Amino acid sequence: MNELPLFPPQASTMSAEVDNLFFYITAVAAFFTVAIYICLGVFAVLYRRRDPRFVPRPILGSTILETTWSVVPLGLAMVMFGWGAKLYYDQYTPPENAHEIFVIGKQWMWKTQHPSGQREINELHVPVGRPIKLTMATQDVIHSFYIPAFRIKRDVIPGTYTSMWFTATKPGRYRLFCAEYCGTSHSGMIGWVTVMEPGDFENWLSGGASESMAQSGEKLFSQYGCASCHSNDQPGRCPPFRGVYGSTQQLTDGRRILADDAYIRESILNPQAKIVAGYQPIMPTYQGQISEEDLLRLLAYIKSIGQRPQPASEGIAEGPARGTMGATPAPREATTNPQAPTKTGRPPR
Amino acid sequence: MRIASQPTYAEKVPINYLNAEHGLKSWLLTVDHKRIAILYLLSVTAFFLVGGLFALLIRLELLTPQGDLVRSDVYNRLFTMHGIVMIFFFLIPSIPAVLGNFIIPIMLGARDLAFPKLNLLSWYLYMIGGILTLYAVLAGGVGTGWTFYTPYSTVYSNSHVMVTAIGVFITGFSSILTGLNFIVTTHTMRAPGLTWSRMPLFMWSLYATSLIQVLGTPVLAIAILLVGIERLWGVGIFNPALGGDPVLFQHLFWFYSHPAVYIMVLPAFGVISELIQNFSKKRIFGYKFVAGASVAIAVYGFLVWGHHMFTTTQSVYAGMIFSFLSFFIAIPSAIKVFNWTATLYQGSISYQTPMLYAIGFIGLFVIGGLTGLYLATMGVDIHVHDTYFVVAHFHFIMVGGSVLAYLGGIHYWWPKISGKMYPDGWGRFSALVVFVGFNLTFLPQFILGYLGMPRRYHAYPEEFWVLNVFSTAGASILGVGYFLPLVYLIWSWFYGPEAPANPWQARGLEWQVPSPPPTTNFPAPPLVTQETYEYSLEEAEVV
Repeated sequence: MNELPLFPPQASTMSAEVDNLFFYITAVAAFFTVAIYICLGVFAVLYRRRDPRFVPRPILGSTILETTWSVVPLGLAMVMFGWGAKLYYDQYTPPENAHEIFVIGKQWMWKTQHPSGQREINELHVPVGRPIKLTMATQDVIHSFYIPAFRIKRDVIPGTYTSMWFTATKPGRYRLFCAEYCGTSHSGMIGWVTVMEPGDFENWLSGGASESMAQSGEKLFSQYGCASCHSNDQPGRCPPFRGVYGSTQQLTDGRRILADDAYIRESILNPQAKIVAGYQPIMPTYQGQISEEDLLRLLAYIKSIGQRPQPASEGIAEGPARGTMGATPAPREATTNPQAPTKTGRPPR
Repeated sequence: MRIASQPTYAEKVPINYLNAEHGLKSWLLTVDHKRIAILYLLSVTAFFLVGGLFALLIRLELLTPQGDLVRSDVYNRLFTMHGIVMIFFFLIPSIPAVLGNFIIPIMLGARDLAFPKLNLLSWYLYMIGGILTLYAVLAGGVGTGWTFYTPYSTVYSNSHVMVTAIGVFITGFSSILTGLNFIVTTHTMRAPGLTWSRMPLFMWSLYATSLIQVLGTPVLAIAILLVGIERLWGVGIFNPALGGDPVLFQHLFWFYSHPAVYIMVLPAFGVISELIQNFSKKRIFGYKFVAGASVAIAVYGFLVWGHHMFTTTQSVYAGMIFSFLSFFIAIPSAIKVFNWTATLYQGSISYQTPMLYAIGFIGLFVIGGLTGLYLATMGVDIHVHDTYFVVAHFHFIMVGGSVLAYLGGIHYWWPKISGKMYPDGWGRFSALVVFVGFNLTFLPQFILGYLGMPRRYHAYPEEFWVLNVFSTAGASILGVGYFLPLVYLIWSWFYGPEAPANPWQARGLEWQVPSPPPTTNFPAPPLVTQETYEYSLEEAEVV
């Protein structure tokens, strides 16, 4: 009980920006609080009742005063709005080159997995100075991933992916909380974010996982029976996947949509929702039969073969380099037609 | 204010609404608005004690970082039930159903509300909802948070969710009927000469509150019905596994529950406007702005619900619109504070108990309101959302604001309600204790929140310990502050000296009938020929 911190540490590029805005609001709030308290105090003493028979002269009001004390606070508040909106946009818009890490919330733990395969529970290791994008899903209820030292938080919502990003600035260990009430052990759903020097992080990454997320995903691709139909090479009853991720898909109803994380997810869980032009709605749903973790690995696999306009089987077989998956969506114009057969064979397993 | 009635009515007829009839039946089947107000007073006080007991256990658990007093499931049920009981069964009905019920018809110069039987029905609905909720508590409680967020509440929680939800659903109708009754009463029952621009500010704020109750509460009922439909028939509305959207629930919930904040605080504004004027003997500065601000808040209150959802999947641009509108609602609240302060200027201020509560209210509401700016500012809200910063903010509004105003109002109208005077020294002491205890409880929570301590945590990291000890210490002082009025007000009911008709030398029709008032309020409909707050008139001239 000998600790009494009064202000959280600043450990991301966002921390100081949020704090500066916080100080601005505090300055405005302090000004009005002090002004009103002084008026109350002075009036309370000066105009205390001395003679019970004295009836003060009523003052009906003043439009000039009313206008002043409406417009001036509104102006100060509009600065808060603009500044806050800009910051919010930045907080929720990951840079293109961000390194992607996957997060799954479940009652009551955080599971994280790096593209190269390392898995952690209630821990997250990240390098200093590099933008990190977290793609997050939940196995059950709503959770919220919160790192106070980074001044960043995002809800993880069932049935969809949410994302957040940060660039850590100071090596160290920082608290990780679940901020959205999620049941019995909500307060036990906490952990640590470890920020490391880039060299240390590389060392840490290289010790551990035997296969990358994309490799695991490729195995799942067979296990769940996806491969029997979605062959990557022969167009059959189902559209092949090579080059799909990040491309624009033509649907049977005429819409054109971008094949992103949400689209891939929906196509697995609710395949009838969007049918690619030229195919029949024959795929069964995988809702309730596939865990969020496996879903993310399948996504990683589909991403990994979607990012190369020309298949490069060797690269995938040897495990994608760290940071390749999810780093940048493939350029849209460079993607292949999903219906066009590709030439080379599937990567060996 | 001048009324055309027999001035000596009070002396001639000592029969009043309390002694006109006797027996339990005369209370349970009464259609007298004053007796129904007493029924509400007893029941909201009981619920306040229940909710306060939960708060006490919560603060005791948080005295140490480890979760060692109760199990986490119990803790989760404690804060859930604390929220549900305090919001739906204390704060929402407190000022409107107790003080409003008692005072509104008299303030307007009317015999009763427009629909006296509907008024009694409101109380019964409230009690049925309350008893269902208490049954859920005794059966094991509900642990979803008062927000009932899906899919936790619909799929994962094994507590008594549906019973509680039905309790809240039924109580909602009580709120709707009370609102409807007040709106019709305000439109049709005003005494001759009591024009809209002469109406007491308490009436304006309750009128605005009633609009929200009638328009907003049905949406909560719809949300609860949809949860029931999903649970019973498996229709995918909120559950993504069935094709629903959990964030849709949050939209529906906050569409009611943000305006519900104004249901709780607008009546408080009305009480404070009355107290500030009567204890400074000065007409409000800027009557039209203060009255208009109430209506503006009622309207704007419906447009800002998305600011509870900045961290969800709500689009960034939708969030910006909600943030923008949220700053606008700060202005009418600020106008009220400035006008109350300006009213004191050159006044003749006396410091009896109600006025101390009123000044305490302004002091706390200023902090509560200004800390709302941090939450409306999206970039900062991302950090403090769902932390103790939010807990501190809304307790400043709802406890520092609404509860202090309710206590101030109870102390102000107590002589009228009970016909007895309470010891003013004890009253002033209680106001001081409440103010000190409140600040010690909730100021440290702002720091905790910015440090990042999430709300609804049963156990917490050690670095948050010291501030939590302050908070628990403050809560025990606050508890004493609440206990004092309970004791001396009950004492005064039986043993207090008789109250005169107008102990505060106040204006307003309610001070021109005897204390306690006769069942019929006025012997003949009064005629209003002056503004409500004409303190310059001699007392003798008025009655």
